[in-house]
Amino acid sequence: MSAAQWRKAMNAGAQAQAWPRQRRVAVASAAPAADSRSYATPSLPAWLQWISQRVSARHVLVMAFVLIYPWVATPFFTFQIGGQALVLGLIALSLTFLGGYGGMISLAQMTVAGIAGYMVAIFGTSSMPEISLGWPWWVVVPLAIAIATVCGALIGWLSVRTEGIYTIMITLAIGVAFHYLMQQNYSLFNGWQGFQRVLTPQVLGIDWRAPVPYYYLALFWALAGYFLVKYLVRTPFGIALQGIRDNPRRMNALGFNVTAHRVVAYAAAGLIAAVGGVLLVWYNGLITPGSVGTSWLINILIIAVLGGMRHPIGPFLGAIVFVLLQNFAIDVFDRERFNLVIGAMFLAIVLFSPDGLLGLWQRLRARLAAGDAQSRLSTPRPSRRFVKGGSQP
Amino acid sequence: MPRFWRWFWGLAIGVPLAVFAVWALATNERLFFVTLLNGLTLAALYFIVASGFTLVFGLMRNVNLAHGSLYLLGGYLGYVAAERTGWYLLAVATGFAGAALVGLAMQVAIFRFMQGQDLRQTMVTIALSIIIADLLLWTFGGQVHQLSPPEWLDGPLRGLPVINAYSKFRLALLPLGIAIGVALWLFLNRTRVGMLIRAGVDDRGMLSASGVNVNLVFAVTFLIGAGLAGFGGVIGAVELSMVPGEDVRLLLASLIVVIVGGMGSVVGAAVGAAILGVAETFGLAYAPTYSVVFTFVILVLVLAFRPRGILGRPA
Repeated sequence: MSAAQWRKAMNAGAQAQAWPRQRRVAVASAAPAADSRSYATPSLPAWLQWISQRVSARHVLVMAFVLIYPWVATPFFTFQIGGQALVLGLIALSLTFLGGYGGMISLAQMTVAGIAGYMVAIFGTSSMPEISLGWPWWVVVPLAIAIATVCGALIGWLSVRTEGIYTIMITLAIGVAFHYLMQQNYSLFNGWQGFQRVLTPQVLGIDWRAPVPYYYLALFWALAGYFLVKYLVRTPFGIALQGIRDNPRRMNALGFNVTAHRVVAYAAAGLIAAVGGVLLVWYNGLITPGSVGTSWLINILIIAVLGGMRHPIGPFLGAIVFVLLQNFAIDVFDRERFNLVIGAMFLAIVLFSPDGLLGLWQRLRARLAAGDAQSRLSTPRPSRRFVKGGSQP
Repeated sequence: MPRFWRWFWGLAIGVPLAVFAVWALATNERLFFVTLLNGLTLAALYFIVASGFTLVFGLMRNVNLAHGSLYLLGGYLGYVAAERTGWYLLAVATGFAGAALVGLAMQVAIFRFMQGQDLRQTMVTIALSIIIADLLLWTFGGQVHQLSPPEWLDGPLRGLPVINAYSKFRLALLPLGIAIGVALWLFLNRTRVGMLIRAGVDDRGMLSASGVNVNLVFAVTFLIGAGLAGFGGVIGAVELSMVPGEDVRLLLASLIVVIVGGMGSVVGAAVGAAILGVAETFGLAYAPTYSVVFTFVILVLVLAFRPRGILGRPA
């Protein structure tokens, strides 16, 4: 074996070690389900048992909160905070799926969402009747999502040709190039101005851009995306994908087609991002090159990292924090300095808690649990620390 | 690649290019040569900026996405120095030194503590690029800053064959780019520090094991890489202009240059810069609303056939 090959083998090992925490999360999140199993009485029907095994009190609490939220919040909080956070969270969820479970950090997820948005504007209606075709929404939306998903898969096919850190460079290059194309092309994408007045369709007599209907629409698709990711990572495909994340060489040796798995992961992430993109263009009512600019490519990464990439709930947490900062940080700081605030926050998270808010939460819980155990048993229990908060892979 | 396919692709790419060149020469000779010169001078700027990027990446596996911000920082610092003193060479020195010091600070204060964590380092550079870009916007505002070239390079050079007149400053970029390339090559191949850097590119662990202070080598490399970005910034401040957003443009150029040319290779950066610069200016001159598509097609073709870049070696 030559030196270069050795190094490659070593690097592959190092990559595998870079993601060891993920597996612990799987164990940790499985634990509450196992706990609740003991509470379920055997006399319950099978489907109730199935539910009680998977649903704990905090799930019910969160679900009740997000369902009741628009009835207690003002329209501003329902639409600008709730709706926007759900949509941005959905787009960031596609990155979490790729990054957390596939080990591929793609900066082009906003580009995929933007492609879906542009397609909605081009095939549907906008303020540019000479470009927009004005087709009905039930043709436009599936078409836009399909095209964006294919583009997402193509971006994946391009970027999986090289691995690791190269992915971030290639996807950034693709995303920025797409932004410049949107900006300079007038015949198809209407250049600088983009498309204004991209209206949300009226279906069943409901105006879906009104705060409460929009919130429930976004919530429905956010939940759909969340459960899709939860489901995907438990399928044989998802397990193989996580294996590839941890050690592509080994998976290749076991007979898995590494490239195909990665491209399919990109396609699945593209689907999620495309749905988010359609919702986002309806939220904004317009799409411009600025919507797919570098700052938004990076904002999606910030949202995903801020929340934490270890669990699909992370991006939604990150999106809530991001949207709150976006709306209220300007009251505390100068209006123009939002980028400084978000940049500093991102830097702090990357430096001090690479697992984001979820990582902070886990650490806090581990510390509380360790303190609890100590006070109860008076002797420290190293095994417990080992499971929850230790640095041992 | 079998011989047949090599011929096939050579012809498939070469013939349309040749046809285009003949057509362009026949219709408008002057436009063709001016565009070619524009492309090559832009390539010189791209090379200067991207060589710093590729140097840092090659040695440290650190994708410095703040490279564009360092470029803009160097440009603004050079602008301030030139405004105060009116001396262009001082502006160049200020731009180089300023960006180099910021780069050194980044390496010493942050990256040193996360060696080997590629992804985390990259995210830190993203955060830093946001912060630097916003600080620059805060300090210098959103309007366009343009640095005027030194007097001895101001104005056009007249009496050239075919194209008549061409900007002296842009023309001077061509030998400057070549000089920097040669200097970098001599530095990397003929000096002790260059030898250490090359050894580090090939095998970091082995270099460290043979008793070299790798952190010092890293710091020097980062200093030079960031300095080249700042140096490019002062040149770009004259050739292009300085406005928020230019950092992203040069970052994109650097990314594509090193992806096309091959990461970590200075010669590859030269090849990549030449291809990108020429393709971009020809695209702008002959198909203005689709010029980015050419850049994109090049990226796709290279990634499809040589995923590690034209001169890239397996890492």
